[in-house]
Amino acid sequence: MASDNENGNNGVQREEKVASSKLAFFQYFVLALMLALSFRLWRLQIVGSEKYAQLALENRIREVPVLAPRGKILEREGRVIVDNYPSFSALLLREDNGERLSAADYQKYADALHISIEQIKQRIRGSATQGTPVVVKDEVSFDELSYIESHRDQLPMLEVMSVSRRLYPKNGFAAHLIGYVGQVSEAMLDQPQYELYQPGAVVGQSGLEQWYNDVLMGEDGSRRVLVNSTGKEVGKLNNVPAVPGHPLKTTIDLDIQKAAEEALEGRNGAIIAMDPRTGNILAMVSRPAFDPNAFAVRISRQDWNKLVTDEAHPLLNKAIQAQLAPGSVFKIIMSVAGTEEGIAQNLHVNCSGGGVFYGRYFKCWVTAEHRTHGAVDLSKGIFQSCDVFFYTLAERLGISKIAKWAHLFGLGHKTGIDLANEASGVMPSEEWKLRNFRQKWFAGETISVGIGQGAVATTPIQLLRAVAGVSSDGVLRRPRLVDPAELPEEMRQRYIDKADATGVPEEVKIPIDQQSWMTITDAMAGVVTPGVGTAPSAHLQGIDFAGKTGSAQILSNALKAKLGGGKKLRDNGWFVGVAPRRDPEIAVVTLLEQGEHGYLAARAASQVIRAYVDKRRLAEHNAVKTARGVAAEKPIEAAGIWGADAKGQGAGGSLNGGSWKILPGVRDGAAALMLTPAYADSLRHEQEAH
Amino acid sequence: MRRFVSLRDFDWLLLGLVLLICALGTVEIYSTTVTSRLADTHMHLKQIEWIVAGLMVMFMVSLINYQVLLDNVYWAYGASVAALVAVLAVGQRYLGAKRWIRVPGVGHFQPSEWVKLVLIIAVAKYFADLAREELTWPEIIKAGAIVLIPMALVLKQPDLGTALTYLPALLAGLLLAGISWKQATVIVVLGAALVVPVWHWGLKPYQKARLTSFMNPEEDARGSGYQVQQSLIAVGSGGLWGKGVKAGTQTQGQFLPIPYTDFIFAAWSEEHGFVGALVMLLLYFLVLMRLIQNAQTAHDRGGAFLIMGVVAVITFQILVNVGMVVGWMPVTGIPLPLMSYGGSSVLFTFLALGMVMNVRMRRFVN
Repeated sequence: MASDNENGNNGVQREEKVASSKLAFFQYFVLALMLALSFRLWRLQIVGSEKYAQLALENRIREVPVLAPRGKILEREGRVIVDNYPSFSALLLREDNGERLSAADYQKYADALHISIEQIKQRIRGSATQGTPVVVKDEVSFDELSYIESHRDQLPMLEVMSVSRRLYPKNGFAAHLIGYVGQVSEAMLDQPQYELYQPGAVVGQSGLEQWYNDVLMGEDGSRRVLVNSTGKEVGKLNNVPAVPGHPLKTTIDLDIQKAAEEALEGRNGAIIAMDPRTGNILAMVSRPAFDPNAFAVRISRQDWNKLVTDEAHPLLNKAIQAQLAPGSVFKIIMSVAGTEEGIAQNLHVNCSGGGVFYGRYFKCWVTAEHRTHGAVDLSKGIFQSCDVFFYTLAERLGISKIAKWAHLFGLGHKTGIDLANEASGVMPSEEWKLRNFRQKWFAGETISVGIGQGAVATTPIQLLRAVAGVSSDGVLRRPRLVDPAELPEEMRQRYIDKADATGVPEEVKIPIDQQSWMTITDAMAGVVTPGVGTAPSAHLQGIDFAGKTGSAQILSNALKAKLGGGKKLRDNGWFVGVAPRRDPEIAVVTLLEQGEHGYLAARAASQVIRAYVDKRRLAEHNAVKTARGVAAEKPIEAAGIWGADAKGQGAGGSLNGGSWKILPGVRDGAAALMLTPAYADSLRHEQEAH
Repeated sequence: MRRFVSLRDFDWLLLGLVLLICALGTVEIYSTTVTSRLADTHMHLKQIEWIVAGLMVMFMVSLINYQVLLDNVYWAYGASVAALVAVLAVGQRYLGAKRWIRVPGVGHFQPSEWVKLVLIIAVAKYFADLAREELTWPEIIKAGAIVLIPMALVLKQPDLGTALTYLPALLAGLLLAGISWKQATVIVVLGAALVVPVWHWGLKPYQKARLTSFMNPEEDARGSGYQVQQSLIAVGSGGLWGKGVKAGTQTQGQFLPIPYTDFIFAAWSEEHGFVGALVMLLLYFLVLMRLIQNAQTAHDRGGAFLIMGVVAVITFQILVNVGMVVGWMPVTGIPLPLMSYGGSSVLFTFLALGMVMNVRMRRFVN
């Protein structure tokens, strides 16, 4: 066939061939191209090899966080106060794929979780960092869980993470003391103590949960899986297990706490029980309470607003944050100041229902009962709480000496207890007034201070430490909720340093004249002796019990009368009691807001002291029995704080007192309850009901 | 004085190099698909079938005297333009572009691939017929029209990638036919001036994104830069020796897009490393050198132009495809000749090689 064209091809015009120099140009061009591509490959595969290997690895590893359970909070005998319950959260992973979710995808995820697309988007918007998994639903139900597990192919970006959530006692039992947890906020992350936490981490926000957060919080782990570009799991890598938090053993005694909770039932105020020998807090109650369980998942804005705008301040831990005039309880400090300054021992006054000081007439409380105290010495001054005696003493001492002794006993200062945001109170003095009001001290103010009124403001914990210090022969311990010896060794020193950083020494010894000490402590015993003191109804038969009542005016009586004397304007009732009267084992402070009179506070305190003494006697009784070979009676075990009916928990229960039945035989109340799905469900329903 | 055309004159060395590239390509196709959901389609076996079919058409084409092809290119050219118009008129729309026409009894047919071949012949014919050393402007404009008319039709589909493959044969022809520096400068300046209006009115936003995202793939690693970024990760993480057959994480995890066609060189580089990539480039280099050598020994201008048209198209495809894989070129969807999976690409390349063989076998014909 070639012959057809042979002649034509060999025509004269077409003799010439393509110049080989032009073809050579093509060869050089191809060579240059190949060299350039080789150079590029060398840059990528040899020079950039490590960088791209890392990127390739990141491409295909998906990390699903495994949250560490927080440590349980235990009371002194090891009984559980705060427990955890298992729950599941749905996570939307966002890190691995370039393909954004389509509306249909969103619908799939929303349907699987029974939430709206808007809710998912809201969670994504609210998450702190880009690219990290977002929790799109807390408390995934068992039905949803099994649906997700069986539809993994259609829901490649959805992961389920097991979360152990806080289970707190019901009815706000020990709520302030325990505190609550919540996600670390952006503002918190800027503070140095939180800088190591990841955004979204759950940390203690108040109470023990906050102070001992490092102990309670474990280290989150992760589950690492290999995925392909569609997010489908194709293999597993090493898991980093979560390290659970340490349990926290507190100094709280569940039985005493329970007695204190019951003693404050139906009232607002605070009770603290302390062992003055060590500073160990045995019980701490503040009322009204809140339900920390409401915070365990995610508190709704509505609930939060309700808590912070409540006039009774349920979030305030009154035991350490209420700053109120101590009233007549302050007379104990006055007595010590007076005797140490050599005045009070020999002071004898005649109470005719009042007296004139610095040109003004000051009434004694006793005029309200239409009688007078007559001749009063220090002892009677204390057990009858005679105002005229202490007016006179205050006049003799002067504000400087009063302030000096009050400061020595820690009034107007934080006690250094291991809880955040303790208030310091106020102990006025000439310098204090000059500094804060740029005004001179009026001598008349000293008279009011003498009976714990005027500008004096103390917190219950402060007053407890001071009065217990007097009863303990001038030994003041720094109150604590956790004995550092109970902390994990590697953290112990840090917490000892943290406590020391409060500036309050662990122990302060103030020498007190022994004769005066006997007089004052005996007079305090007189306070609760029928026919002698101001709180005879608090008397405990067969128990060496002493204390001092106080009722502090919020307003002057005259002004109160003008305003009609509503309940809100009633006096605050105080009582600080100890047992035994000297070198006590237990000291209790009670603050009853609008409590009218100190004897009601004294009655509440005596209930707590009785519970303590009864428990001690039972223990001794058992010890004797066992020594004799008789089977000891079973010690009381408290599961009651968890409530037999879980429905009572949260919104359903009264947050202002309730009853905590002692159920024998169940040691870990929470453990017994937490494992039942029905219980977890009921908790959740209550959350949703909010 | 004609000598007998013999298969002894067939370029067995070239064929060996070509089959080696095809074999390695098939291995890579196997590696990238056998673990994926495409495993059941046995793409590597299909590719072998295409290669065998390609070999057969290559031998057939080598038997027809290339002069016949050159002399009858008018008909083929006319048919090509008609087919491209038909595509625009009655073509099947798929993924937003009209590229196929349905031929009853044959199936789907994509004319734009075959037009490429016709244009190589047409350009060769046109320039071979010009006698003088130097090109005149009317000749340049005529040559340009031959290529630009079908190119415009393909751009309309739209199929930017295929349209661009029409240009290299024209450029190679102009160069070899003796374009002057002055003329070349004017064309370059005009071309550059044309870029601005085309960019503004001629391209759709997605096309623009594809053309620019390769420059900063990390900036938009989850959008249009995703493919380039994943390709770079695949190539770079291959290192010196590669991760091994079926062991490339980018490839096997389906992070690398279409690793058996457009991004097959990335998959190859990931699994066989720098060493493997260089071996592959060397094979292509040898193939191209051998082709150019055949152009030198061609009996006449027509044969040389034909071969150089093939060289230009193959070189262009290697440049654009490998350039894309290493992040130098935009993502245009141009397959890598001989390696990428696909019947159209394989058949085109073997047809083109058949023409080269054809010219070689007739180099002593006088």
